[in-house]
Amino acid sequence: MTTETISFVFNGKATSLDIDGQTPLLWAIRENIGLTGTKYGCGIGQCGACTVHLSGTAVRSCQLPVSAVQGQQVTTIEGIGDSAHPHPVQQAWIEANVPQCGYCQSGQIMTATALLARSPNPSDAEIKQAMNGNICRCGMYGRIRKAVHRAVELQAIGRDKLPAAARRFDPNDILVGGVS
Amino acid sequence: MSPMHVSRRGFLVGGATVVGGLALGVYFTQSKSPLPGASSGALQPNAWLQITPDNQVVFQLDKAEMGQGVFTSMPTIVAEELGIDPREIRVEQAPVHEQFQDPIQITGGSTSTNTRWDILRRTGAVAREMLIAAAAAKWGIPADECHAQQGRVHHKSSSRSLTFGELATSAATMPMPEEPRLKQPSEYSYIGQPLRRFDGVDKVTGAAIYGLDVSLPGMLNASLVRNPYIGGAIAQMDLSRAKSAPGVVDAFAISSGIAVVADTYWHAREAAQLVEVEWDKGAIAPGLDSASIRAAWVRMIRQEDGRVAHAAGNIQEAFEFATDVHEAVYETPYLAHATMEPQNATALFNGEECEVWAPSQSAQLVQTMISQALDLSPGRIRVHTTMLGGGFGRRAFPDFAVDAAEVARMLPKHPVKVIWSREDDTRHDRYRPASYNVLRAALDETGMVQGWAHKMVGPSILSQLLPYAASLAPGWIPDWLAGGLAGTAAWMLEDRDPTTHEGAAENPYGIAHFEARHIYHDPGIPIGFWRSVGHSHNAFITESFIDELAHKAEEDPYKFRRRLLGERRHAQVLNLAAEKAGWGKPRSGLHQGIAVHESFGSVVAEVAEIRMVGGKPEVERVVCAVNCGRTVNPDLVKAQMESGIIFGLSAAMKSGVQIREGAVVESNFHDYQLLRMAEAPDIEVYILDSSAPPTGVGEPGTPPIAPAVGNAIFAATGKRLRKLPFVLS
Repeated sequence: MTTETISFVFNGKATSLDIDGQTPLLWAIRENIGLTGTKYGCGIGQCGACTVHLSGTAVRSCQLPVSAVQGQQVTTIEGIGDSAHPHPVQQAWIEANVPQCGYCQSGQIMTATALLARSPNPSDAEIKQAMNGNICRCGMYGRIRKAVHRAVELQAIGRDKLPAAARRFDPNDILVGGVS
Repeated sequence: MSPMHVSRRGFLVGGATVVGGLALGVYFTQSKSPLPGASSGALQPNAWLQITPDNQVVFQLDKAEMGQGVFTSMPTIVAEELGIDPREIRVEQAPVHEQFQDPIQITGGSTSTNTRWDILRRTGAVAREMLIAAAAAKWGIPADECHAQQGRVHHKSSSRSLTFGELATSAATMPMPEEPRLKQPSEYSYIGQPLRRFDGVDKVTGAAIYGLDVSLPGMLNASLVRNPYIGGAIAQMDLSRAKSAPGVVDAFAISSGIAVVADTYWHAREAAQLVEVEWDKGAIAPGLDSASIRAAWVRMIRQEDGRVAHAAGNIQEAFEFATDVHEAVYETPYLAHATMEPQNATALFNGEECEVWAPSQSAQLVQTMISQALDLSPGRIRVHTTMLGGGFGRRAFPDFAVDAAEVARMLPKHPVKVIWSREDDTRHDRYRPASYNVLRAALDETGMVQGWAHKMVGPSILSQLLPYAASLAPGWIPDWLAGGLAGTAAWMLEDRDPTTHEGAAENPYGIAHFEARHIYHDPGIPIGFWRSVGHSHNAFITESFIDELAHKAEEDPYKFRRRLLGERRHAQVLNLAAEKAGWGKPRSGLHQGIAVHESFGSVVAEVAEIRMVGGKPEVERVVCAVNCGRTVNPDLVKAQMESGIIFGLSAAMKSGVQIREGAVVESNFHDYQLLRMAEAPDIEVYILDSSAPPTGVGEPGTPPIAPAVGNAIFAATGKRLRKLPFVLS
């Protein structure tokens, strides 16, 4: 084992870890940085639950040694939005009651946000292809597809131009379905 | 089967009726143990609800949230009657408490809503009336001039109101009403509405804490090395290399294998690869493989009679006088649960007491199993239930919690988290049992079905699991079992286990001469409850075989079923699915298959539409109709149907566990494959309007999908597939 100093930008903040460079990024995030939103599902890049963004691209963090993020930008689910300022994808997920057990959803959202960043209005076929690496054992694939289309609408409006009820997880907004 | 009520004799756990249950009044009388989270000055009518003087409405959720939505639906029921926005309620995962034990505290069998429907409405209503009584006394006015809404008691004519918190202490002194007024459905603001789920925000922001995310100061992490041979043991081990690996604190044997404990899971897992071990194959593994199991069952089904689960008429005569006999062999495999979150648990042992954090479906069984393993009284075991990353029945058997407790016992005063790898999870599951079946139908000269005989061979879930529950209260053991020894009980259950024949023994088509028989044989592979249990294999078999008989009679499979169902409520559900799917008129290139099945109190019908592409079936659309009584949250019901369909479809199209040389072959998602986005059909769900009490929703979506797809494949190709997963050569 070789301990190295890995310096990178993590969710927008300059971060440095003294760590065995071969540690998978997934476990560095969960155990060394201490954020648990990125999930362990299989460890072999087959399920997508560990998906994060590496300089904007969706990657399986269980397959990436932490040494590979030297000097790069890493974004996790905690970095793309929160309850006060949700990403349009998170907002769309909430509106459609997408999560069931929710364990795969960090990965689903990271893959979806990366897809929309490069393809702002994907077809169902494009969505299926881009997201085929993310398993949802609870079977919410249909809802995810619908929510991606809804996220496209919300993204087109622009985060700062959304009506108040759609911009935040508004306490008055209780029912499933989008805010028109 | 009729909807369940708490006051009736039993409730279903995975399909087995267990004697027990309490009259509702018991929930409001003095409880033997202190109520959860009890605080002074609070109104706390029972273990579920507490209203504190500082205006916190706290709900103890005694059901595990595994995606099915109890975190949302249960508080909604209480809130409706209490008179408060359900999102104002603070939901806490309940500890083990006797009031939650009906007769054991467990989440499963699609029973949460139907067993909590009455008690939670009453709980909210009792609290509401006591709060109103307190306000009325304070204002010196009659109680019927007050109403509760939005967390306050209001007196309209004088425009006065008080918060529940302001009234809590005096409300607690008011007499508890024995028959509180329950709202009429026409008064519902929340029940019946498609509310957004209350755990949704946490689940889309990475904030939800699953068992695998538990973090405690000074926590250690453990990775396991396990014997791949089923029922095997450790012959020899050398842990010296593992113990000197970076970050490792200790390594030792526990009941289920070897634990390597380190500062991080990654260090533990890397060190585990340095464990040197020679495995003893044990008694079960040698010669055990899928082919030998099948060969034994092929032989047994012809040579043995087994036990009759249900019979009607005279099956011998029916076959004697039949003009024609149609016979078919059906086979279903062992299946893994594959919850997205692998099994795990965290435990802290201080020498006398054990505290556990586990994503389990039964906090009480966590207590029971740890009690047996550590020889510790259940009262010294405190259980916290986290969010579950999927359950599907797997987490009703919390062996993972025992692992954590055993490791914690070796390292007292250190919290230890045990994480199963995906490989551990796939190879050390408690699988959905396999089965081998012979179906025979006696047909008369007009092609009508006069006799139906279903003979099956396979193991018994209850007979395998019962010994693990030995320290549960005796009331759990059904009346007809003499004596108390769990082992004796397990032996006696072998060929009486209702989970083996549920879905096969009910004769919904009212065939005059009917018989379902089970031959017990357990090859030794660990089994457990898997979403919809016996229905998961029996519905495939019965709804495929009835389809065979329809085609043999040259009648449309929907019309054939409808004719036989007569006035049964199955017919209404079947009709709705057929209508919404445009049965008989599929869009160009599509072929349709239909199935209807009752399970856990609900009836579900599904039409699958497939397109043959390159000789392989692609499922494009599934139309689902469900009768589940009244819905608390119709969107969560739809989501559960969608979920059950994909779960069943994944098994039908892709999954099966193979055994070779006494070990499970599959290990991860590359070889135990699951349905993915690109293969997932569009799903439409239609819920029948019903004012009957709610019936099961978590599991009933699963049984009909495999036969619906198999029937569509027959319509498309003329090939009848009688084995799962579907393989078209």
